[in-house]
Amino acid sequence: MNPYLGGFILGLLIIAAYYFAGEGLGSSGGFRDLAMGSIQAVAPEFAAEHPYIAPHVADGHSATHTWLVYELLGVVFGAILSAVLYGRLRWSVGKAPHLTKRRRLYLALLGGILWGVGTQLGRGCTSGLVLSGLAVNSMSGYIGLAAIFGAGYIFAFLFRSIWLKPKNK
Amino acid sequence: MGPLYPQELLNPEYNLLIGFLIGIGFGFILEATGFTNTRKLAGVFYGYDATVIKTFFTAALTALIGLFLMHHWGWIDIYKTFYPSTFWIPTLVGGVVMGLGFVVGGFCPGTSLSAASTGKRDAWAFLAGVMIGIYGFIFTYKTWWAGLRASGKLGKVNFPQWLGIKEGIFIFLFVVVAVITFVLYQKWQNHWKTKLTKEDLDELGL
Repeated sequence: MNPYLGGFILGLLIIAAYYFAGEGLGSSGGFRDLAMGSIQAVAPEFAAEHPYIAPHVADGHSATHTWLVYELLGVVFGAILSAVLYGRLRWSVGKAPHLTKRRRLYLALLGGILWGVGTQLGRGCTSGLVLSGLAVNSMSGYIGLAAIFGAGYIFAFLFRSIWLKPKNK
Repeated sequence: MGPLYPQELLNPEYNLLIGFLIGIGFGFILEATGFTNTRKLAGVFYGYDATVIKTFFTAALTALIGLFLMHHWGWIDIYKTFYPSTFWIPTLVGGVVMGLGFVVGGFCPGTSLSAASTGKRDAWAFLAGVMIGIYGFIFTYKTWWAGLRASGKLGKVNFPQWLGIKEGIFIFLFVVVAVITFVLYQKWQNHWKTKLTKEDLDELGL
């Protein structure tokens, strides 16, 4: 799909999210809800007393019964639908050709862990913090944009061997 | 007048159903524009693929202009939505951690879920990492994070207002910066095109 058309439709979806639900489009918040919900299911008393989880389970609320979790469920279906239409639904490992699969999977796991911590500390990810933040000109979105992309360019320079084949080798 | 659900103009079940439908659109667009391809995402940082930058900022500007006009016309009160509160210190620190995670892991949470759904095994590893990271954060919250996460509180801050610029003028400047960025990224991508192999170009869909 043309990137400008895709971006335009994505923008309309963000507007719809704000208009109907009063929510931004997000991802890490939904994963947080799932993590908290699993803890709530196993150890409800621990969850109710934990300062970070408590606000999400107050008054017997289920931490997973949230708008963001339903939205994430939709993402799964939407991505599969598009992959089927474009003929891209298959098992594979995405990586630069010179990287071994094993190394790619370890790096992906490590990157994920960093995102898990970073999103909870920074209050959202590229969609919930940055994209949805920019959509309403919130300062948090601009700080997130500068931090994620600013740091990204510096780390990309330092770790270019992950994505670009080293020269003269 | 919106937002509907926070003002009890939409019942909770419909709200969740709409969330599910919006999610379908979100996942579809992420896949259709190529955000499930980790190499296209890394192209943001190396310049060989401008797709992600174009899609991302077009989305941001569409939503920004749309919501600005709707707020102006009284169709939605943006301050009755979840309008994010700014905690500048943890967002800056967390953002740097996410920036490192982006380069090392090649995804962000939303793109990894889409990619995992379409069979990318590296995205499964990434998602496992995200959950490990979140559990780790929760279980070490009291000792390590509680103070830092609550620091630098500024409240609900509108960035142009904070800068002392009229919102309409700010948005206009944003559009100008975005168009310049698109042009420069396109040049960067063209510059790379001669250096990439045919396999690379096929995989990136360029």
